[in-house]
Amino acid sequence: MLNRNLAPDITNAVDLDLKLRPLTTHTLKNQVPVYTVDGGAQDVVMVEWVFYAGNWYEQKNIVAATTNFMLKNGTKSRSAFAINEYFEFYGAYLNRSCYNETATITLHCLSKHLAELLPVVAELITESVFPQEELAIYKQNQKQRLEVNLRKCDFIANRLIDEYLFGFDHPYGKYTSTLDYDQLDRVELEAFYQQFYQNGRCKIFAAGKLPADTVGMIDRIFGELPLNRQEMPKVQHPVLPAAEKKYRIINDEQGVQGAIRLAMPFPNRHHPDFPKVQVLNNIFGGFFGSRLMSNIREDKGYTYGIHSYLQNHIHHSAWMVSTEAGRDVCEATITEVYKEMQVLRDEAVDAEELELVRNYMIGSLLGDLDGPFQIISRWKTYLLNGLDENYFYNSIHTIRTITAPELQALANQYLQPDNFYELVVV
Amino acid sequence: MITFNRFVLDNGLRVLVHEDITTPMAVVNIMYDVGARDENPDKTGFAHLFEHLMFGGSVHIPDYDEPLQRAGGENNAYTTNDLTNYYCQLPAQNLETAFWLESDRMLSLAFSEKSLSVQRKVVCEEFKEHYLNKPYGDVWHKMRSLAYQSHPYRWMTIGKELRHVEEANIDDVKAFFFKHYRPVNAILVVAGNVRTEQVKQLAEKWFGSIPMGEPYRRALPQEPVQQEARKLEMEAAVPLDAFVKTWHMDARLKPGYYAADMITEILGGGGSSRLYQALVKEQQLFSNIDCYHFGSIDPGLVAIEGKLVKGVTMENAAKAVDAEIEKMMQVQIPEPELQKVKNKTESVIAFEDMSVMSRANSLAMYELLGDATLINKELARYQEITTEDLQAYSREIFRAGNSNTLFYHATGK
Repeated sequence: MLNRNLAPDITNAVDLDLKLRPLTTHTLKNQVPVYTVDGGAQDVVMVEWVFYAGNWYEQKNIVAATTNFMLKNGTKSRSAFAINEYFEFYGAYLNRSCYNETATITLHCLSKHLAELLPVVAELITESVFPQEELAIYKQNQKQRLEVNLRKCDFIANRLIDEYLFGFDHPYGKYTSTLDYDQLDRVELEAFYQQFYQNGRCKIFAAGKLPADTVGMIDRIFGELPLNRQEMPKVQHPVLPAAEKKYRIINDEQGVQGAIRLAMPFPNRHHPDFPKVQVLNNIFGGFFGSRLMSNIREDKGYTYGIHSYLQNHIHHSAWMVSTEAGRDVCEATITEVYKEMQVLRDEAVDAEELELVRNYMIGSLLGDLDGPFQIISRWKTYLLNGLDENYFYNSIHTIRTITAPELQALANQYLQPDNFYELVVV
Repeated sequence: MITFNRFVLDNGLRVLVHEDITTPMAVVNIMYDVGARDENPDKTGFAHLFEHLMFGGSVHIPDYDEPLQRAGGENNAYTTNDLTNYYCQLPAQNLETAFWLESDRMLSLAFSEKSLSVQRKVVCEEFKEHYLNKPYGDVWHKMRSLAYQSHPYRWMTIGKELRHVEEANIDDVKAFFFKHYRPVNAILVVAGNVRTEQVKQLAEKWFGSIPMGEPYRRALPQEPVQQEARKLEMEAAVPLDAFVKTWHMDARLKPGYYAADMITEILGGGGSSRLYQALVKEQQLFSNIDCYHFGSIDPGLVAIEGKLVKGVTMENAAKAVDAEIEKMMQVQIPEPELQKVKNKTESVIAFEDMSVMSRANSLAMYELLGDATLINKELARYQEITTEDLQAYSREIFRAGNSNTLFYHATGK
């Protein structure tokens, strides 16, 4: 007779032998590094060009993001339409994204089309012209999009909490206004492009089922470009956190929910506490079974979801709690968040919960490493943060061995309400 | 080519196994043949609320998530107008944990009052977050009830109104469970680092003894063919005017579905699509415009929606959209444009099939449609479509009487 009260035996995920598949490193003629992970069942590839061209390096707001966006909007010989048409004809996706330190161009395509597509990516890096007409359309549409976003409490809250943490003049803290768009000039884009793309510093990542001679092909097309020659400007941005810690803002008188953000500054991945706090964060608000979810969603029903996480920045991080809750229960939600901090400070995590979190984290890591795109993405994070595979093995070691008293000590060190900025935007 | 084995338990549970030993993980996906279309018009949003309750404890297991997380697993679920799908992924060694959990909640829920009262609140917050507290959040509530007058696609999965969710009671929950959540109305897909023999044995062991239940015979009111164009104008406190227009299209398995999919791609797929190029870039009437379809099992909708550049009148925007539609109907699509869409489709399928979880989900979906082998025949169905077909289907879809237009005016407040 089947006993349904009895859980089947499990292999503890912490006992699984996790390996980070090594990546292969190549160097092009111009010293641009190319990192590859070959494999996968489908005949698809991903190639990403990472430039040090984030808003860290801009002199004026949104120059970096606009330059990155407009890489697809015209070269000496192709219009924006022709560029889109070219990539889309092959069923390829060409995306670009601008971050704080870096800005990327990412190509996803069927392996068989890679050779056709690489030369046109090179054209974007060498011959973009930033047409006036395209810039005008971009400004107009971005301003309209901004106007809609400014009606959303979560959008406002995300901007303000970063400003409190880092200061408006820091790349992590600044945000965009309509005026910024009005003041953009294409000459600034050209100058930024010339310095940080045409003559910039680049790393290339490629994964998937790579056609034979992929690296040779990349070398012939990208190895001649004047990349990685000039020294990057040494830019430092002082962090200027806000003095006031608590904010209540009404953005929409009729709003039925408030966006809540609680955040404290936290060091970057090089700090020895970072991997340990990842474990504490999981217990606190890092997954569906966390304390915050169990209490504030699954017991009280104040919100559809509540999460905590460490921000994914290179220079400085922040520990963030984020949720949208019913307008009338926003204050009650904040009280409960602080209560959960207090419980973590006052009581050691019991063995059963800690074991669950260890298994969950390892299992989820195992799932995250499934497939070449996932593997290279993890490697990319490590390389861009100046880390190597030791960080991976150290994190796993931490997940397996961190003790309840260590976690409690970390909670006492960091999870103090006085450390946190507190914001509600209705 | 996605390979799979299929068998059916005595209680009617259909089981599909997709072996892929290159992954260390196993995926367990259970799809129930019930969605928002099966709801009582006075109790909408129930299928989705019910999905939340499936995590509130089953007859022998007080909490679904905890044992799964302990086994290194993660899970989620979603509800659409057509179906409800639950999926989890865990290290393959611990596959049996997923069988234990999924079979117990198919056997019976705990029907906890506490879980119901909490999840009513959670779903109300979800409703607020996505539909009430967002600019334009009510657009699709309005459009669905304009385009559908009989078929239950006239309401959204989240429900018509908060009140319906707030009023759900435990008797509704029990009745819904024993009507829809029976083995005979469910599909189990197990994928990843698993073996068919092992899955057979586990399926018999854990699901074999669950009572079959009554097969659910769906008899939904069908939507009559729309004869006259409908139009709705409304005002809302948003910054920009929005234009939304829909047309009825074929059901999921009809050839017209594939044509509609390609037509929406030609009109709205990417930076080289017709609407984007003509209306955003050249004429600068819209700051953004999208064209897509609902992908629903019963006859769905082709939709075009966009926000107007300030100063452009709704009439001029509508006229410019009509001109592009007219072109689809009157001028044969050039061969390279057709080839582009076929290439994109090939690529979309290849990328989707990268993840085991996505393959498992697709297998369940095709089995629900009646034939899991369709998963390997889709691309061919797109490949055989000609420019003549696209023109013929454009004329069918974009027939004047078949349209529903929403002018969503900004009050500027």
